[in-house]
Amino acid sequence: MQKDYEQLPQDKFKRITLNSDHAERIAKPSLSFWQDAWLRLRKNKGAVVSLVVLVLMIILALVGPHLNGHDGTTQNLRHANLPPKMQGIENLGVMDGVGNLGGKKIDLYEMKKVDEYYWFGTDGLGRDLFTRLWQGTQISLLIAFVAAMIDLVIGVIYGGVSGYFGGRTDDIMQRIVEILIGIPTLIVVILMLMIMEPGIKAIIIAISITGWIGMSRIVRAQILKFKNQEFVLAARTLGTNDKKIMSKHLMPNVLGIIIINTMFTIPNAIFFEAFLSFIGIGLQPPNASLGTLINDGYKVMEHQPYVLLFPAIVISVLMIAFNLIGDGLRDALDPKMKD
Amino acid sequence: MVKYIGKRIIYMFITMFLIATATFFLMQTLPGSPIASYSKLNDTQKAIVEKKYGIDKPTPVQYAIYMKNLAKGDLGTSFAFKGKSVNDLLASRIKPSFILGAQAMVFGTIIGILLGMLAALRQNTFWDYGSTFLAILGTSIPSFVFAALLQYYVASQWHLLPVGLWNDGWKSSILPSLALAMGPLALSARFIRTEMIEVMSSDYITLAKAKGANKFEIAFKHAFRNALIPLVTVLGPVAAGLVTGSLVVEKIFAIPGIGEQFVSSIMVNDFATIMGTTLFFSAFLIVVIFIVDILYGVIDPRIRLAGGKS
Repeated sequence: MQKDYEQLPQDKFKRITLNSDHAERIAKPSLSFWQDAWLRLRKNKGAVVSLVVLVLMIILALVGPHLNGHDGTTQNLRHANLPPKMQGIENLGVMDGVGNLGGKKIDLYEMKKVDEYYWFGTDGLGRDLFTRLWQGTQISLLIAFVAAMIDLVIGVIYGGVSGYFGGRTDDIMQRIVEILIGIPTLIVVILMLMIMEPGIKAIIIAISITGWIGMSRIVRAQILKFKNQEFVLAARTLGTNDKKIMSKHLMPNVLGIIIINTMFTIPNAIFFEAFLSFIGIGLQPPNASLGTLINDGYKVMEHQPYVLLFPAIVISVLMIAFNLIGDGLRDALDPKMKD
Repeated sequence: MVKYIGKRIIYMFITMFLIATATFFLMQTLPGSPIASYSKLNDTQKAIVEKKYGIDKPTPVQYAIYMKNLAKGDLGTSFAFKGKSVNDLLASRIKPSFILGAQAMVFGTIIGILLGMLAALRQNTFWDYGSTFLAILGTSIPSFVFAALLQYYVASQWHLLPVGLWNDGWKSSILPSLALAMGPLALSARFIRTEMIEVMSSDYITLAKAKGANKFEIAFKHAFRNALIPLVTVLGPVAAGLVTGSLVVEKIFAIPGIGEQFVSSIMVNDFATIMGTTLFFSAFLIVVIFIVDILYGVIDPRIRLAGGKS
């Protein structure tokens, strides 16, 4: 052994001295919590793709109704029940305006002498379904976002106050929540909708009337966890008032979980809106939402399946995108939390 | 433990009381009248009908009568189904709903567990991605969209199964059960996957591996049992999902169940039936959540119920 070692050429080796200053040097730039979360989120392919899809959907919902020159409310019975027809794609054998008529496949555009293109077809009243679809998506997203925001504001304030002040306040507030949480959401939502004028406002109120409870419980649990930690004590010792401790010191710590929870509230609200409109107590015609469009499509599914197909695809893609982003955010913002 | 159960039962009664009261007064403020469809009646006849159903009395009196009957378990008389009591109505319709719910639950949970196990044991493989994708689809696609698509393709295009109704025995229950099963399937698959992954990295699994137990035995005998326990907690959301789903799925497949009846009684302002069904659904969900909470503490001694000394 000794011999082998001596055979090694000495000049191949160089003595180095460790500089203790270098040992302490931080090699990577220090990242804030949000930069770190963004890095993690970016690695999640599903979430990134969903984010892109979602942004596209939102853009389409905003500009879609103006894209093809038809408007979604004009009825034109001469153009009723036309199948989808789109420039370019029509040559591929799909979306070429061929539909069923009395069991035979026939180009309905030619038969009815329609020169215009209805990308996603028309409904029984001759309204352009492409325009209606994106108008409906707009309404569904609006309802979901507003309902989620209301849940967020009420839930955070309720949970925050209950958790932060504790004692008797917490006791009373939690007793109320314990009773409210026993009431099934579905029941409340349906009952509320029955007594209110049907419309967007009614749906938003019905969805958020018990929706905030989940958020308030999560926020309360988090506040309870943080409020006795040293940084809060330090702030209090320095004379910071309650309001400022809550907004400046506690909220930033709870923000991650609030965002995650909101990302799951939104698809839930989309689902409830569609559900209510589908069973007929949600939005009323001539307003369109994804739910009413699916309901309309379901009624004529046998002969014009495309009326159902497009809103069904849009709602499914939206829900999948929101769920995947929610999952990704949860992994990114709170790696310890599971399920 | 006894104290905890007692407290929970009291809460259940308070909740039910509140729901009953709220439902009753909400129904009173409802626009429209259950006898609006009897428009051909003159005023005297209307008064007779109102008297017959007890809706001529002032609201507080009606409320007292309703609550008194409710305490006896009597849900009143339906307006739309002439003369039939709501109790009878619910009883006659519970069977299809129950069969669908049970089939969906059993099928969904079993397939979900299998998929979740597969995903956890073959982490980051095709199986994992496949079952995760299926679970995402299951949680994302609304049950009525799925039900409508199933009905369109399987029943009316390919003629494999009946389009709807409840008159073809077991065959007519397959599609609606499938539509309802997607929820439980997705939930349990995701849940079991996370739990299994966690359990598989725990010390006792390492010990079992070190002792040379074979893979199959480790997965099923050691890991699976422990991963299964927390699955009890998803029963609550699953039950709620099944009730929600049953409203639309029963409507789509025209199944004479409670959900379908609820939807149609909303359409015709049948107060008594709406109230009865509301209370029935609420009671069902409240009891399920109660059982889940108790069960969870019983089967897993590691969990201590809040405030209980078991």
